[in-house]
Amino acid sequence: MTVDLTGREYPAVGPYHVGSEDIRNFANAVKNMHPLHHDIDAARAAGHKDLVAPPTYLVTIAQRAEALMVNDPEAEVDFSRVVHADQRFTHHRAVVAGDELFAQATVTSAKELAGNRLLTTATEITNADRAPIATITSTLLIRG
Amino acid sequence: MPAIEHLTKGDVIATRTIDINRADLIRYAGASKDFNPIHWSDATAQQAELPGVIAHGMLSMGLAVDVVTEWTEDPTAIIDYQTRFSAMVPVVETTQTFDPARPFENPNPGAALNVTAKIGAINEETRVVRVDLSVTNPADDDARVLTRAQVQVQL
Repeated sequence: MTVDLTGREYPAVGPYHVGSEDIRNFANAVKNMHPLHHDIDAARAAGHKDLVAPPTYLVTIAQRAEALMVNDPEAEVDFSRVVHADQRFTHHRAVVAGDELFAQATVTSAKELAGNRLLTTATEITNADRAPIATITSTLLIRG
Repeated sequence: MPAIEHLTKGDVIATRTIDINRADLIRYAGASKDFNPIHWSDATAQQAELPGVIAHGMLSMGLAVDVVTEWTEDPTAIIDYQTRFSAMVPVVETTQTFDPARPFENPNPGAALNVTAKIGAINEETRVVRVDLSVTNPADDDARVLTRAQVQVQL
């Protein structure tokens, strides 16, 4: 029988340094061509200290926190059977190049459905001052 | 920034067709650090009983939201974005049709997404508008790739 993971908190990971080239690369990969993601002068003119991350950029950091659950032996996640079921980003403030971010994942739901398992994590992204940056919720479906 | 006074629930604010090819999957894997081989290895996809190499769900989610960014003219106005992933998007191998100097300009994409963005709700008090995204795959009988894809925009 699988251990009930609901409520399990994993340690914060980080710091992750958000770099301007990393933002540009990610923005190009999702074809987000707004100048705030690419042009530092445009970003500064809009009041930001550097390039602004696209709306889904933080998945790159959140997934490293979620990896602690995926690799937790008690979670028994067979990665070859994993499908991404849902995803949510709640942004508290903009992410810009130069930020130092931390990510801490908590399992908020673990359930079985029609022979499959659904594991939901909420990952809190904070900055170096521990101020909230974003909350990222993700559900993985492990096919039975 | 769009004027909230001029919006009506149900307004279509954007439509776009977004092509995806294998080079896009490789680029997204690198940018996101999600190197799961089901997104680039035919043999692995077959072993996992998938319909072929499939696009990252997060790639579709990231591609689709750009219509909202373009509409708001400010990506930081997007305060919340959620979706469920429904139909997978198989990306057919068309690499041989690339101009090798322009790998992201393949005239024969391996897949495409049809994106429509509509005003789903308007809150005049908080000045938050919900934009509902429809994201479908024309090669798969217009299957819904994203379901309940909702973007909250602070105007």
